[in-house]
Amino acid sequence: MIRLLLTLCFLAAAVPARAAVDIQTLTTPGGIDAWLVEEHTIPFTALEIRFKGGTVLDPPGKRGVVNLMTGLLEEGAGDLDSRGFSEARESLAASFSYRAHDDDIAISARFLTENRDAAVALLKSSIMQPNFDQPDIDRVREQVLSSIRSDRTDPGAIANQTFDRLAWGDHPYGSSSDGTEDSVTALTRDDIVAAHENAFARDRLYVSAVGDITAEELAALLDELLGDLPATGAPLPPKAEMMLGKGITVVPFDTTQSLALFGHQGIERDDPDYIPAYILNEVFGGDGQSSRLMTEVREKRGLTYGIGTVLLPMDYGELIMGQVRSDNAKIAEAVRIITDEWASIARNGITEEELNDAKTYLTGAYALRFDGNAPIARIMVGMQMIGLPPSYVTDRNDQVMAVTLADIRRVAERIYQPDKLHFVVVGQPEGLDGTN
Amino acid sequence: MFRILVLALALALPPTLSQAAEVTSFELDNGMQVVVLEDHRAPVVVHMVWYKVGAADEPPGKSGIAHFLEHLLFKGTDDLAAGELSATVARNGGSDNAFTGWDYTAYFQRIAADRLELMMQMESDRMRNLQMTEEDVRTERDVVLEERNQRIDSEPGALFSEQGRAAQYLNHPYGIPIIGWRHEIEQLNRDDAFAFYKRYYAPNNAILVVAGDVAPDAVRALADSHYGPIAPTPDLSERVRPAEPPQLVERRLAFSDARVSQPYVNRTYLVTERNSGDQQEAARLTLLAQLLGGSGATSVLARKLQFESQQAVYSTVYYDDVSLDESTFGLIVVPTPGTDLKSVEGAMDQAISEFLDEGIDAEHFERLKFQIKASQIYADDNIQSLARKYGEGLASGLTIEDIEGWTDILMAVTAEEVIETAQGLFDKRKAVTGWIMPAENGEVIQ
Repeated sequence: MIRLLLTLCFLAAAVPARAAVDIQTLTTPGGIDAWLVEEHTIPFTALEIRFKGGTVLDPPGKRGVVNLMTGLLEEGAGDLDSRGFSEARESLAASFSYRAHDDDIAISARFLTENRDAAVALLKSSIMQPNFDQPDIDRVREQVLSSIRSDRTDPGAIANQTFDRLAWGDHPYGSSSDGTEDSVTALTRDDIVAAHENAFARDRLYVSAVGDITAEELAALLDELLGDLPATGAPLPPKAEMMLGKGITVVPFDTTQSLALFGHQGIERDDPDYIPAYILNEVFGGDGQSSRLMTEVREKRGLTYGIGTVLLPMDYGELIMGQVRSDNAKIAEAVRIITDEWASIARNGITEEELNDAKTYLTGAYALRFDGNAPIARIMVGMQMIGLPPSYVTDRNDQVMAVTLADIRRVAERIYQPDKLHFVVVGQPEGLDGTN
Repeated sequence: MFRILVLALALALPPTLSQAAEVTSFELDNGMQVVVLEDHRAPVVVHMVWYKVGAADEPPGKSGIAHFLEHLLFKGTDDLAAGELSATVARNGGSDNAFTGWDYTAYFQRIAADRLELMMQMESDRMRNLQMTEEDVRTERDVVLEERNQRIDSEPGALFSEQGRAAQYLNHPYGIPIIGWRHEIEQLNRDDAFAFYKRYYAPNNAILVVAGDVAPDAVRALADSHYGPIAPTPDLSERVRPAEPPQLVERRLAFSDARVSQPYVNRTYLVTERNSGDQQEAARLTLLAQLLGGSGATSVLARKLQFESQQAVYSTVYYDDVSLDESTFGLIVVPTPGTDLKSVEGAMDQAISEFLDEGIDAEHFERLKFQIKASQIYADDNIQSLARKYGEGLASGLTIEDIEGWTDILMAVTAEEVIETAQGLFDKRKAVTGWIMPAENGEVIQ
């Protein structure tokens, strides 16, 4: 009986829920573009700010400076020292976070309607007038060094750094954005001030807001907060060259479970084949529990707790890559299965049933992402950075539904390249020899 | 300048903020408790079933069975093939998962609101009709062993934490890891799983939480028709676990692992948890943890150890307020490169002792109170974590009234009460102190 009911529900599933957000676009009197969703039921606002060009802007020999500079933004500004700044922020019950990524610096803020102006003034001081006092530089530097030291014995960090170095060589993508112990130790206050001037400018700014605020209020807020930024920042870097070839790199490490990263060249976000590629990745190793890799490596053989793959379209290079952890005695079998599956999807693509299942999952799951002010603001700022229009929110599912099996076959053959697939294995894998 | 402005605003806030999410609760005839949280901003629903059984309810020698069973619940029923439930959720554009704690096991799906009935059909089906083959059990046990490998055996901090809890709890099963000891996981079998399942997976041992774009009446009708017909487990006993004896001896653990790069000190104290109708002491502990180590820059340990003496690069204080039985209050300090563990531990104890003498900074206390008030506003933005808060609280011995009254209880705590609680707390006979060190560290724990 239950089975019959389920079948009926499958039919109903053809019409997925739509993301119900009403995006307004605006340009402030001062000339700042922003996207807004008004949501007045809860008296706070989530604000997302991005500056393109993150840790890739580290000058040669100064690896880690953008990361350290970003970490210092909340350590004192204007009249306030480090603790004074935190006390002021806590007094407002606002939260600000500052994160340095490879391709951007992300600032996320959340503040109550009732003290919005004071929160914005405080946030502004941290972006426009950070103090970078020497004792704070030294203290935060020690925190970064502590993290760099911890990475030395962390299999995940070792694997990532090895994979990145092999893939990207001397491009900033090829090394940890934290920097090395040597490079971070050598950074001076002047380096940090220069990194600040390079990073924050109007020519690379993206903004979105969701919450208890009108378009007019937001426009005034943004001109006050960001209107004093300089027009231009440092030049952005060139594309990185992918250097990875087929092979297995083993990094010996004393632990019971091996960790493997695997992948090769990916696909650009604005490539017309991106959506078919996204569907393929979903079927192959996506976040649904029933991906091909989860089925073959976990469900059928119990070789791992989790395995997944992602498309990583970055601004200066693209990867398709995955991760798996498996007992030292079993990782070789996992590597063999992944290699076989990689070849199989390249050769045969996916079945019509897999395509249809992925479509209903992806189109239904899309609406679930819009679940709160901050998540919606993050989605909107991300769309702006990759050049998508607001209408993508309503058109995106149609684009997914329009993909045909023929598209999938063509794109599978194009993006999965078994003769380029590289594994980096950290651990003491049995029966797996490094090939380079 | 900011401070004056803010204090004025704090007074302007009404004493209790109205909640955006409307809460309704009722009980089905078979004893299943139902909570509905309404949030109509998006056409989405979170459907959760919480069982009032967890790792601390396992039979001796069967550690990990609660968590292993959680994995097996995805294997299928009389009507659903292995993996079909998750695949069906995915085909309907939803996501699903589950988690196990010492006091509960919970299953949830997030999906378009009009698919709620399908979720109830499948979730109610697997409450009683689980099926699994020996092959399913063997393979899934390997998956759990790999999970343990990944989460515990590959993480020195997690390995220490396991040993630390075993030392903290002399008698209570909270000293046994949720995922289980490896040698016991290896022996878990189908019969163990079924025995545990048949006893504890029952409507009168479960809480249904439905949150999102739903109406309480509609949820009641659906719950009646899908969960209502399931027979309860008769004579399900009270959850009484072996209790802790008086703890009379300080415990000190020296843990070395080659994978540790950054040494640190971790200390935990055995403390009370939130109890139904009696949450005052837990509220004081919550505020104490916030004051001592809740913020990277302004809390007492950060100020004294990171800014003033500069003996630590990082410090934090944590307290698990929601728990069926006695909980822990923990402190972590990470020394600067020139500071050894003995010195940084001494500095931590010195900082606590100064705090007890100096009392609480009034402005610091005021800031915390305002943040607690504001956190109610922010909490309304995340319906899933709100649903989780109700499920976890109800599965851990609290009532809806306890959960809803918690903020007011926190707001009513005075600085004097926090100090009074702190004065009774730092008794090393109830504490476990761990030094987590790289393999060849020459330090000797005192």
